[in-house]
Amino acid sequence: MGLIYALNGLYFAAFLFLTSLGLSIILGVMGILNLAHGSLYAVGGFIAAFVIGLSAGSAAPLMILAAGGCAMLATAAVGFAMETTLLKPMYRRPLEYQLLMTFGILMLLEDGIKLIFGGESRYASAPFDAMGSVQIMGSTYPLYFLFVMLVAVAAGLFIWWLMVKTRLGIMLRAIEMDRDMAQAMGIPMRALTIVAFVLGASFAGLAGALVVPTTPAVLGMGMDVLIMAFIVVVIGGLGSLKGAFLGSLIVGLTRSFTVAYFAELEMPLLFLIAVIILIIKPEGLFGQK
Amino acid sequence: MKNFLFTPRAAVYAGIFIVLLLLPKMINAYHLSLVETGLSLAIMALGLNLLLRYTGVLSFGIGAYFAAGAYAVGMLNMYWPEYYTFETAILASILVSAAVSALFGFVCVRHTRIFFSILTLALSMLLFAVLEKAYHITGGSDGIRIPIPTFFGHEFEGMRRFQFLTGPYYYILLGIFSASTLIMLAIVNSPFGKALQATRDNELRAEMIGVRVRRFRWYAFVIAGTFSGLSGGVWCFVSGHITPEICNWVFSGEVVYMVLLGGFMIFEGPIVGAMLFTYLRLYAVAATEYWMLIIGATLVILVLLLPGGVTGGLYDLIERFKPKGRAKAGAEVKHA
Repeated sequence: MGLIYALNGLYFAAFLFLTSLGLSIILGVMGILNLAHGSLYAVGGFIAAFVIGLSAGSAAPLMILAAGGCAMLATAAVGFAMETTLLKPMYRRPLEYQLLMTFGILMLLEDGIKLIFGGESRYASAPFDAMGSVQIMGSTYPLYFLFVMLVAVAAGLFIWWLMVKTRLGIMLRAIEMDRDMAQAMGIPMRALTIVAFVLGASFAGLAGALVVPTTPAVLGMGMDVLIMAFIVVVIGGLGSLKGAFLGSLIVGLTRSFTVAYFAELEMPLLFLIAVIILIIKPEGLFGQK
Repeated sequence: MKNFLFTPRAAVYAGIFIVLLLLPKMINAYHLSLVETGLSLAIMALGLNLLLRYTGVLSFGIGAYFAAGAYAVGMLNMYWPEYYTFETAILASILVSAAVSALFGFVCVRHTRIFFSILTLALSMLLFAVLEKAYHITGGSDGIRIPIPTFFGHEFEGMRRFQFLTGPYYYILLGIFSASTLIMLAIVNSPFGKALQATRDNELRAEMIGVRVRRFRWYAFVIAGTFSGLSGGVWCFVSGHITPEICNWVFSGEVVYMVLLGGFMIFEGPIVGAMLFTYLRLYAVAATEYWMLIIGATLVILVLLLPGGVTGGLYDLIERFKPKGRAKAGAEVKHA
């Protein structure tokens, strides 16, 4: 059974990684903590459930591709609209206004979802059922879970490649290090900020799209994920890719094993780990001072 | 502070106090209970503003201490009903919230800015998880019922909840609210309050002139937490029932909204904000199923167009009509 718990933990870590990746990019490049990130995840989930409902009966990879693609496009569009209208005036404002603005957007998005998709839960387990399961060391395990882990690893590698190997990534990291200096060097701040935000938003959408085949899309589905992603970011360090990766693994595995053995301790234990890490290393495992 | 009694502000305070004292004669019971909610929340808003305005850190988890205060009352009634009176309940809410905020604050004050906000948020969700999961101790998501207490030996036997709330309880609450406001006013004007503002403006400089920055920030955190706990303690009688939702970070976010709605650069702003928010939320919930859309939209508009909040906006308006040549204090409100 230990293996299954470990795999479940990795599966959960995969989601967390996808969500916290977006949160971390936005936090690093824009310096804004996006409280509406969980709602973007929910938008992705609802769009994906809708698309899977439409494409019922087609092959599983096609369904996932369509759902994931639509969810990413939709959240990218929402992210673009958010950034260019509401967040743009916030960069020069103090922290409290930035946080309250994203909090206001969260409320708008949550009720927007309710307005468009209605209040009912949406089930979309077709891809999960269609993919079936595999035998791993004598136990049956759903193939879909393994697929999600693969997507998360691919996404992580993509972001790593983007940030380390491309010109775009170098410019983004320059902004992260020193905004004013980056601007003085002639880096197109506006365009890059939009790119970073849209990228982060679409990753939240992807994570939401990947979760609906296993759990139905419900109102407020993004709230718990947001808190988990915060813990990941706190453990891993603000704006660090490595930190998000390791943080997701720690949170995912801890959660999986505590749920299996002492379910009531799940959240408290996660927070305890976060607090201990913060007392020993206040900036997080891979954070910069 | 010494000459406070003879300032125009004291006169305005006295005027408002008299109006509040006569309020039960002027408005109906329904509105009176809304005012009671507003007054209780105002105590918490004042506490939050001690952190935001005077210490320069934004807590997104102030609901944790509010919940600590409210649950102290609820659990006192559950486990030691023989000691359940108004005064022990309030004492318990103050002590428990002070203890919880001292513990959480110890971790949080090591950080400022975004990290502080994330940490306070995360810790309030920790308490939320505990309150919700420990079903057999805290009643879980069903919450706890809060019955009418005795008040210094006085029984309100035979009085219905509604009569108690709109009768004697209003004056008790008004007394506690007034005392809290004056205490907070004294705190922010004390040398301690000034030291806090020094740490806010320049942490390094404050450290150099001998302010123990983290220690002071911790004290402020505990004071803010205790105010929230007291707020939770008096509020739970008004609501009659408490659930872990008051510990959820969304509730804390609403408190931040209250403070900014009222205007956090002015001492009395949070009180105005708590009152306005109570009414705004009630009307939004009554008007439509999509009340979050209304609250969210007003919040976005507020942040974009009226960063000084209602009091800040009024202040600017008054300044505009004053004769030229006077110092423009409104400018500080606008850009702070």
